[in-house]
Amino acid sequence: MAIAILGERIKRKEDPRLIQGRSHYVDDFKLDGMLHMAFARSIYAHARIKSVDVTAAEKMPGVMAVLTGADLKGKLGLVPCAAGMEGLKVPDHPCLAIDEVRYAGEPVAAVIATDRYLARDAAEKIEVDYEPLPVVVNPEKAIEPGSPLVHQKLGDNLAFVAKLEGGDWKAIEADTSLKVVKQRLVNQRLAPASMETRGVIASYSPGEDMLTVWSSTQIPHILKTQLAIMTGLDEARCRVIAPEVGGAFGSKLNVYGEEGVACFASRMLGKPVKWIEGRRENMLATIHGRDQINNVEIYVQPDGKVMGLKCWIIADLGAYHQLLTPAIPTLTALMILGCYNIPNVFVETKGVFTNKMATDAYRGAGRPEATYIIERIMDIAAREMNMDPAEFRMKNFPQPKEFPLALPTGVTYDTANYQKALKKLTKISGYAKLRREQEKLRKKGKYLGLGLSTYVEICAMGPSSRMPAGGWEFGSVRIDPTGKVTVLSGTSPHGQGEETTFAQIVAEGFGIPYDDVTVFHGDTGMVPLGIGTFGSRTTAVGGTAIHNAVEKLKKKMARIAAPKLEVKPGELIFESGKIQTKDGAKSVAFGDIVAEAIFAKQLPPGIEPGLAEQFVFEPPNYTFPFGAHLAVVEIDAETGEVKLRNYYAVDDCGRVLNPMLVDGQIHGGLAQGIGQALWEDHVYDENGQLLTGTLMDYAMPKAHQFPWFETSGMETRTPVNPLGVKGVGEAGTIGSTPAVVNAVVDALSQHGVRHVDMPLKPEKIWRILNQPMSA
Amino acid sequence: MADGKRALTGTVERREIPALKIRINLNGKWRDDDVEPRLLLVHYLRDVAGLTGTHIGCESSICGACTVLVNGDAVKACTMFAVQANGAEITTVEGLATNGKLHPLQQGFWEEHGLQCGFCTPGMIVAAHQLLKRNPHPTREEIRKGLQGNLCRCTGYQHIVKAVEWAVENKEQ
Repeated sequence: MAIAILGERIKRKEDPRLIQGRSHYVDDFKLDGMLHMAFARSIYAHARIKSVDVTAAEKMPGVMAVLTGADLKGKLGLVPCAAGMEGLKVPDHPCLAIDEVRYAGEPVAAVIATDRYLARDAAEKIEVDYEPLPVVVNPEKAIEPGSPLVHQKLGDNLAFVAKLEGGDWKAIEADTSLKVVKQRLVNQRLAPASMETRGVIASYSPGEDMLTVWSSTQIPHILKTQLAIMTGLDEARCRVIAPEVGGAFGSKLNVYGEEGVACFASRMLGKPVKWIEGRRENMLATIHGRDQINNVEIYVQPDGKVMGLKCWIIADLGAYHQLLTPAIPTLTALMILGCYNIPNVFVETKGVFTNKMATDAYRGAGRPEATYIIERIMDIAAREMNMDPAEFRMKNFPQPKEFPLALPTGVTYDTANYQKALKKLTKISGYAKLRREQEKLRKKGKYLGLGLSTYVEICAMGPSSRMPAGGWEFGSVRIDPTGKVTVLSGTSPHGQGEETTFAQIVAEGFGIPYDDVTVFHGDTGMVPLGIGTFGSRTTAVGGTAIHNAVEKLKKKMARIAAPKLEVKPGELIFESGKIQTKDGAKSVAFGDIVAEAIFAKQLPPGIEPGLAEQFVFEPPNYTFPFGAHLAVVEIDAETGEVKLRNYYAVDDCGRVLNPMLVDGQIHGGLAQGIGQALWEDHVYDENGQLLTGTLMDYAMPKAHQFPWFETSGMETRTPVNPLGVKGVGEAGTIGSTPAVVNAVVDALSQHGVRHVDMPLKPEKIWRILNQPMSA
Repeated sequence: MADGKRALTGTVERREIPALKIRINLNGKWRDDDVEPRLLLVHYLRDVAGLTGTHIGCESSICGACTVLVNGDAVKACTMFAVQANGAEITTVEGLATNGKLHPLQQGFWEEHGLQCGFCTPGMIVAAHQLLKRNPHPTREEIRKGLQGNLCRCTGYQHIVKAVEWAVENKEQ
């Protein structure tokens, strides 16, 4: 009997090194002669730099160099932006500020010294003479005439306007029977705050003319290309290694100025240069997430069918574009219809510059905003239509047989059964019973709220035609003479556990022990091609590349085995360490064919020696995982505190390869989505000073704040890849935020509340409860 | 020098305050070092003693990634000076396994998928170690409250709770 391995709860290959403190994150590497870098950062949100005086810093002990923007000008390229759209304004974004700073925390100068304490000491001694300039932090004000300009040269603060339109709006607008339900929603700014901050070591060897960079990144290959462009080195002379990476959530799907400066400094000094970001720097100067204002309206027939949706999005981009900054809000527009068959859509997105750190991809990246918009407005509309929110959603779901379903937004959903997910959720949560409990408690003056969210997300990014830098992924599989298998992937997991998942795919494919498979990723010197890990793509796209490389090898091995067994290659299967006929009557050991192929003594004609294949998988479409969530909250009327009492989640991420890892992804996603709904808020004051610059001020969720998550799954496979996998990295985050807000608003609805903006902190709720009831 | 920028000599390491001698029992072995008075314990462990399993997440004793045992008590090593640990016995994550056998908490985190990126994990395991010393049979609520001083951004904590429960149930293993 073959041992099933795909779909099983397999313990992770990554863990032994991690639980013993034996792994190596960037800061754990020590190189001979290594220097340390520290940055002096702008204390103003907007100011002219009159002068930078580095003389005192240069005299500090251990200091090897002090660099300013002027030193790098023309010698180190700008921070890159890969996103492109018609009419996009792309301001110059130097690695160290030149003449002007545009957000608090912008790097102004760098010190390189012999140890990290001395580097920081010297950075404190850099004297910058600033002339403060007018600041704009509110994106709605930033696009009003007369607003202070973030970039004087650009003439206004509008980076782009994008419109997406589909359907027949004339007919909708003429139809007076339709009820129009409107709401303004604020999706607040968040800090990704991975536990490991950013970090980089750049090590340039003048003799070999080789630059080796260890970076805490999600995209080593893209970073290699960009650093080659920035430094002017041949790409062949650059190698980027993403060692163990301590979380990222999109924040390390980027190329940062500090990485460029580290490379420049190492090249200049001929020594390795290490920079490890402090947490305060991380809160200030690593990309932020979300930050949109959405004015949405939907058009509803008297029977509850939604006929149209319009939304005006204002996306706060911050002061500069990072790698994908302007692209993120366009994903909101793309997914704004959620899992409803709404025939007409209009979305206008304005990307706006403000004197804040850039926003970019944070877990979900534009899709949580979309789901929040549609799931909030659906809930508000259900209430206005006097329908139960579950029934209202059911009414607007497309039927499973309608898939693949082309939407007026231009995307085509692959497969789904939204009805089944919602039915399963209402069943396992005891939804009807909870509604009865709510009625009873209301009579006693107690606040219990139920919040639903049914979501669909766009994953497995993605077709290259729609991605800024290619959406394919590379995988290679090599069988060594000992019969053990080495796998290389162009993805760059950082906690997701694909060393395990990929090994499962390979072990299952060859019918060999899981322990015989070793997976490597994250080193451009080892893996020739790659895109990286983001957009819930690693298993669906990267895993497929590996799966297909395995299939290529199996074909070759079957051709070698077939003549020995006197059968046709197509009759052979790989199972339990053997290559055999389906009935098991004829077989040859896997290792024997490996030896044949590699030692090549009697290979059939036309077969190359060796067993190494690669595959670059180009996904024909995105995938569209979906699910249904229910949050149950109690509100303490005395304190305004929201207690999340229960959380139920039904998630369908296509085929599940390792249920334990899928659960882990869902749980972590839920925590981040719930965190946004209830606690997290990255706040700037009107002067552009960050008020939540440490983990003492920024409300990152803790263990005791969550209930036991009741998760369960469904498996609607996708035809987009042969594994049937859709992706699960962001689902929990996307589904949970609206569920929690819907629950709180549901609880407060008896108090006349229609909407409350996030985060739903006790003070806000207490004020609502202590105000006179609105009409 | 490349790029026209003058490099400095950087050789003058004129420290204002002389180094102090400290003696620390680190994972069962005494060692002597000369350290700057301002050297943080976490940097001593990582940079001087070379034990990089203890991580730095916030530098303000909020996240707990740097948690170690100092004389048996869980301490956040990012806000303690190395000199303050003079004479102390310190256990880090590297000192938990015995004779190559994982500590039940380490095994529990592996069995129950109590980690993803692994960055918070050493501190989380050490904090859980203290929690179980004080309360060998905690409820789920008590585990959650006992780990409030340790942040994890990946797991949503549920599998961490299960990992600690696993260790409770498999203490003798």
